[in-house]
Amino acid sequence: MITVALDRSDDDARPWIETAKPTHPSLIDTRHVLADLYNIVNVPTILWIDEVGRMVRPNDVAFGTDTFKHITGLEAARHLAALRAWVRGEAPALPEARVRTLQSLPTEADQQARAEFGLGEWLSANGRREAAVRHFTRAGELAPHDFTIRRGTMPMRGVDPMGPEFRAMLGEWVKAGNPYYRPLPE
Amino acid sequence: MFTIIDNGRASPVDERAGTDLAKRAEAAGRPVAIDPVERVAYLGVTASDRARALSSLEAPDFTLPDLDGRLHSLSQHRGRKVLLVAYASW
Repeated sequence: MITVALDRSDDDARPWIETAKPTHPSLIDTRHVLADLYNIVNVPTILWIDEVGRMVRPNDVAFGTDTFKHITGLEAARHLAALRAWVRGEAPALPEARVRTLQSLPTEADQQARAEFGLGEWLSANGRREAAVRHFTRAGELAPHDFTIRRGTMPMRGVDPMGPEFRAMLGEWVKAGNPYYRPLPE
Repeated sequence: MFTIIDNGRASPVDERAGTDLAKRAEAAGRPVAIDPVERVAYLGVTASDRARALSSLEAPDFTLPDLDGRLHSLSQHRGRKVLLVAYASW
């Protein structure tokens, strides 16, 4: 297992990592390198990668515990059982054609949004918050489904990512008929 | 002075060279974000490049630090099954 925190800084991720005391690599990705490479638009996002480095389960939503089940409706046990069976060689992962069907590929707007995010992140890291906010806002307009941008930049914008601004954004998104999490059908 | 961020790396260049680089990247179809006031441009990666890489089903390699600053790459885990988890504190 490799975990990657899409966080503003080491310090934002540190308490979680120090509490979990993981034995696997637990990495920090302040520039959202992983989101750009894998078209990740929310957290948690998981992928299965086989021994030869092939993606055998594309971006999916799965939780390790049922802490958020009352909000997400997603049970941890289902993914954990499928994962164990695959790791032990008791069940295959998804067939290649199915992985391709289930993959979501980035659009030009998604990549423009990531460029705006990248610029904003650099400006934020260099103490130019006001300028950074302009680009984070533009990025969110270009990719409204990308919560690594719309929610993930809240700490850099001085906004509480669990607070009223997030709840209003989520409410509006869901009211318009959009799901916040998009788990795979199988 | 102008800053160009390309491939995640920020380089100082003079203003004319910076705007030229940004224009050329845009002409090549790359996503470019510019802040003319701060004089910075970020050159991104095209959707078609990313889509091609993902469609190949080869997991894109990456190298990122842990809390101690030690770098880890996905490719170091060849030969083992990997569960890759992206999460965040937010």
